Formats: sequence, C-alpha cells, structure tokens
Amino acid sequence: MQNALQLAWLVPFFPLLGFLITGLFRRQLSKTMIAIVGNAVVFASLLVSVWIFVQVKDGNSYVAEYFNFISAGSLKIPFALQIDALSSLFLLIVTGVSFIIHFYSVFYMKEESREHYGRFFSYMNLFVFSMLLLVMGANFVIMFIGWEGVGLCSYLLIGYWFKNKEYNKAADKAFIMNRIGDLGFLIAMFWILSKTGSFDFAVVFSKASALSTTDVTIITLLLFIGATGKSAQIPLYTWLPDAMAGPTPVSALIHAATMVTAGVYMIARSNVLYSLAPLSQYIIAIVGLATAILAATVALKQNDIKKVLAYSTVSQLGYMFLGLGVGAYSAGVFHVMTHAFFKALLFLAAGSVIHAMSGEQDIRKMGGLRGKLKTTYFTFLVGCIAISGIPPFSGFFSKDAILLSTYEHNKILYVIAIFGTLLTAFYMFRLLFLTFNGNFRGTDEQHHHLHESKAGITLPLIVLAILSFVGGFADIPEIFGKGGNRLTEFLAPVIPLSHGASVSHSTEMMLMFIPAVLVLLVIVYAWYRFKNYRPSEEKGLGKILENKWYVDEFYDKIFVKPLYQLGSFLNKTFERSVVDGLVNGVGKLVNYGSRQIRLLQSGQIGSYILLMVLSMLFVFIIQFFLRK
Amino acid sequence: MPINYYIFLSLTLFTIGIVGILIRRNAIIVFMCIEIMLNAVNLLLVAFSKMHHLQGAAAMPTAGTDGQIFVFFIMVVAAAEVTVGLAIIVMMFRNIHSIDINFLNRLKH
Repeated sequence: MQNALQLAWLVPFFPLLGFLITGLFRRQLSKTMIAIVGNAVVFASLLVSVWIFVQVKDGNSYVAEYFNFISAGSLKIPFALQIDALSSLFLLIVTGVSFIIHFYSVFYMKEESREHYGRFFSYMNLFVFSMLLLVMGANFVIMFIGWEGVGLCSYLLIGYWFKNKEYNKAADKAFIMNRIGDLGFLIAMFWILSKTGSFDFAVVFSKASALSTTDVTIITLLLFIGATGKSAQIPLYTWLPDAMAGPTPVSALIHAATMVTAGVYMIARSNVLYSLAPLSQYIIAIVGLATAILAATVALKQNDIKKVLAYSTVSQLGYMFLGLGVGAYSAGVFHVMTHAFFKALLFLAAGSVIHAMSGEQDIRKMGGLRGKLKTTYFTFLVGCIAISGIPPFSGFFSKDAILLSTYEHNKILYVIAIFGTLLTAFYMFRLLFLTFNGNFRGTDEQHHHLHESKAGITLPLIVLAILSFVGGFADIPEIFGKGGNRLTEFLAPVIPLSHGASVSHSTEMMLMFIPAVLVLLVIVYAWYRFKNYRPSEEKGLGKILENKWYVDEFYDKIFVKPLYQLGSFLNKTFERSVVDGLVNGVGKLVNYGSRQIRLLQSGQIGSYILLMVLSMLFVFIIQFFLRK
Repeated sequence: MPINYYIFLSLTLFTIGIVGILIRRNAIIVFMCIEIMLNAVNLLLVAFSKMHHLQGAAAMPTAGTDGQIFVFFIMVVAAAEVTVGLAIIVMMFRNIHSIDINFLNRLKH
C-alpha cells in the first residue's frame, strides 16, 4: 500500500503555486486577492505540516521518492523528500512562523502599489518554498537547491526597494558572502560523493563510520563554512546587519526566524558526521561562542532598532552553534525554535514601532512610546524577557540546555557564554528602555502622529508573544518533573540521545538560577542607566563598538579594495593588450587574407580553367601518393 | 587487343582535350576540346565494358553491359550541352562580334 506520507510534496507545492499566481498575475489581481492567495497557500502548507507532524509523532518516518532528478552513470539522485522528526519539526516552525509573518505583511505592506505588493508576496512564497525544500530534502542535492533558493530570495527581498542604491549594495553583499559559504558546501558535497558514492542522507550517514578521520574532519569543516555563510557566523557575518535594508517582515522571516537557521539545521541533520569529528566540533563551538560575544558587544552600542536586533540574531545564532559544537544538537534545534518565536516577535514589534514613528529607526529619537503603543510595548517586553533567559519564558529553557551542555564540556567556554547572556540582557533592555521609556526625543510631528498599530499588526504580535512564553515548555529539563525533555526524545530518531547529564541535580539547579539572577541584576542596572537617557557622543571603546569593531572597514581594505584594484589592473593591461589584441587580430587577418585571395578572381576564363586543371591534378597526385 | 592500347589512346585524347582548352582562345575550338574529352571517356567505358563482358559472360550474360548503357547517357547529355553551348556562342558573337574567350571577363563583376 502506498504510504500516505507520499503526499508530503504538497507542503512545498502550495507556496510554489502561490509564487506563480502572485508573481505572474500581479498586474491583474487586486491587492486583496494577492493577500488572500499569498496567505492561503502558506496556511495550506501549515495544515499539511501539522498533519505530517502528527504522523511523525506516532512514530512514522518516511522517505518519499518522486522521480529521478539526475542520473549519470552509476550516480542516481532521486527527487526525494525526507519525513522524520527533525524535518517535521522544522516544517512546523517554518510554516507556522511564515504564516504569522505573511499575515502581518498584509497590513504592514499595504502602502505599496499593487504590482510591488504582488512582487513582495511572490518572493515571500518563493522563499517559503525554497526553505521547505531545504528542510525536506532527503539528499544533499535537494537540500542544496533549497539552500540556493533561500539565498536568492534573501537577495531579492533585501533589494526589494530596488530604487535605493544602498539597499541594492546590501543585497549584493548578502548574496556574495553567501556564495563564499556555498562554495564550501559544494566542495563538501563533492568530497562526500567521492568518498561514499552517494548524496542520500541515509547512505552517507550509514557509511560515515567507515570514513577516515581526516575525510570526516574536512567534510564537516567545509559544511561548516557553508553554514557560516548562511547563518552569519565569523568570518562571514557582516552581511546580516546590512540585510536589514529589506522590509521588516523580511527581516523577521528570513534574517531572524528561518533562513539563517539553515546552517544549524544542516549541521543537526549531519550530526552523525560531526560526532565523528571532534576537531570540527571544537572549532564550531569556538567560532559560535566568538560570534556570540562579538555580535553582543556590537549590539551594545547600535542606535538603529533593527541593527540591534540583527546583531542580537547573529549573537543568538552563535549560541546555537555553540550548542552544536558541544554536541547538544537537540538543544541547538530547540534554541532555533524558541529563537524563531521571540526574534520574529521582536522584529515584528520593531516594525510596528517603525510604522508608528513614520519610518524612523533611530532609537535615540524615540523614547516614551509605552503610553501610546501599549500592545507593542507589552509584546516587545515579552520578547526581551524571553531572549534574556528569564524563567519561565522560552529563551531560558533553550539557552539553559545549551549552557548546561557547555558546562559539561568545558568550564571556560561556559563562563564566557554566561558573560554573553548578560550582554544579551543588557543590550535588549537598553533597546527596550530607550524605545519605550523616558521622554519622547523625536520631532513634534512624529509625536503627534504616534498611534498603536491596527489589529492586523498587533494580532500576530500577541500570538508570537504567547508562543514565546510557552515555547520553552516543549523541552523543559527532566528535573522539573516527569514528562520533561519531550522535544529531545521526539528528535531521538534523528539525533541520538547523549549519554545522560553528568552533573548532579543540585548542580544543574544552581547552574540554572545563578545566571538567571545575574541577568535580573543586569536588567536592573540597565534600567538605572537608561531611565533618563540623553544622546551623547561615544568615545573610546564605545566608539569602536558603535563602528562594529571596524570589521567592515577591515574587510573593505583587505578584500574589496584589492579586488577592485586587480580588476582595474586587468582591465587596463590584460584586457587592452591581450584580449583586444586577439579579437582585433582575427579581424585584421581575415581582412588581409581576403584582399589577397580576391586577386585570384581575374575574370579570365583561361586562368579559371588552368586553376581547375591544376587543382584536379593536385588531388590526383595526393590520392596517388596517399594510396595504401 | 590488350586493354592497354585503349587506355593509352583514351589518355592521349583526354590530354589533347585539356591542352586544347588551356591554350586555345577560340570558343568553338574550346568546345570541340571538351567533346574530345567526353569521347575519350566514352571510349574507355566501352573498352572496359567489352573486357568485362568477355571475362564474365559465362557466369552472367549481361556482364559489363551497363558501361555501354552509360555511354549512351553521356552522349545524350553531351548533345544537350552542345545545343546550349552553341547557342551561347552565337549570342556572344552577336553581341561582341568575336568568339575569343578572353573577352569573356565580365564574370568578375
């Protein structure tokens, strides 16, 4: 009997359909129709995802093969979708958060003209399609299609307002930096193929133990390079803050909740390989933690509301990679889920603030919005509490799971990670206090215009706030009673359970609550520091942080400028002399040759006949001598 | 008679034809030279045809006859060509009052 899960193709199919309809008929359909179609397709795939999740929860897992995608010699790459615990969880996250954000966009983007409205929704649907393909692919090739697709959509949506040159540059930057990572991914894929002869996850992972340590280490490191590009880790993270040029729902969906977690998904999916390569794990943990701290320090001094959130995203992604690096794959995935909720919430709330402020994004010019934007303030507060890791909000549990595994692994990393969470709490509450507390620092016109957003915008905020609150209970630690660690157990078929916590319950309790108390102290300090905020010039370290450690300038000097110089050098010398010389030379040769050959055409019949006879003789002679 | 004689005669005729075309300027002479070449070929065809017939008649009564049939075709084509060619020469004489082929250099243009 055919497995019902064969219908899994419907999940990515609906958004693809939506992409085609909203994209092709954007000039014909009304804005209402576009909004309905754009939302309905995502909702349909959400429903199918829920159904799949329930099936998987009952213990089913399935690889749905549809057709032969590529077949060359002994290599067969089927178009196959993987349905198991990990992918079904990601399906839920992606379709769920996407639907909420699509719904929000209907109202957030309503000022756009009809054509651009359709363009926006078609890109968004295409993104959802690619992301679903990424998480459902049953081999590295299908995953790579999705991987490239989300990169493309990210590029398209960052440059959505394409008339602004700066935005286009930000889009280019994102695309190019992603490509650097993608190259690593591609090489890793070819390496895998040459060593195992297959791209299928099942085959590759079953053959993994037979590979040499060198091979596994190189493959995992190359895959990690791919992840650093997509998930904005050192050294390829600088594109993500610039990507805030896109509309706010895009930042929420792509650059906070879903696409940037693709690297985490990929590593969690390949956990079999990573468990065989301790060196790679160590590097991932170090890079993740370094990114977390670096981005957190930068976020301390940013003044653009979306930039703070962007650096916070980079920092949280660093924590996810720290979790992956210390072998806590399910904790990393858990943090992906909670982060998707509260970071989407924070971004959407920021969008609501930006709307209320008539497009102003500088928090130095905000302040005191609490009175006018009650719902936004409240939901933003929930997001801040969740990301800071205060119990019992979701961020607490997921971050705690990562930190606990780090503690078991390496005490020094643990201390640094705790320091990072304190930074997180500080910059998030700085953002909150500067935006919503104190006195209003904008213009009178803006003050007059201040208003709470419509229900269409606040409703998604409320839903996400609830999710941010309860999301953590999906995987509460065992010590809080029976029925804990449900998510970890759910993921067990894909991510093998680790060998049980090596710390005692009392230690675990202590490790949980000391950071929580410290975080509360930091929040109080932030309140004390920012309750009467006055914008002032930054000096010393503050200035360095405000300028993001000058990393962009550094990259510009080291990579971008030399490349431009090389380009202009090649343009001036190589292009002029060699390429032009070659092309013009061919032209001149033909010209000269034809002028000489033209002399043969004399018009004299006698000479024609003579030539004819001579050439026939020539042919006969050749034939005579060449005869065997 | 051995086949060699036929071959030598045919070659001689053919060479006379080619040399004639190359060195003579009178269009009619050139024309005649072409005919000589054609007939040299015909002669060869008939000679070989006869030879094959003599060698293979025991096995197959029609052996070698196709060569002779071919000659008839060549003759017909040659006759057709002559009518066209002569007509061209007549037209040429009417226009430039000469049949020297070196005057025919307008093909260049």
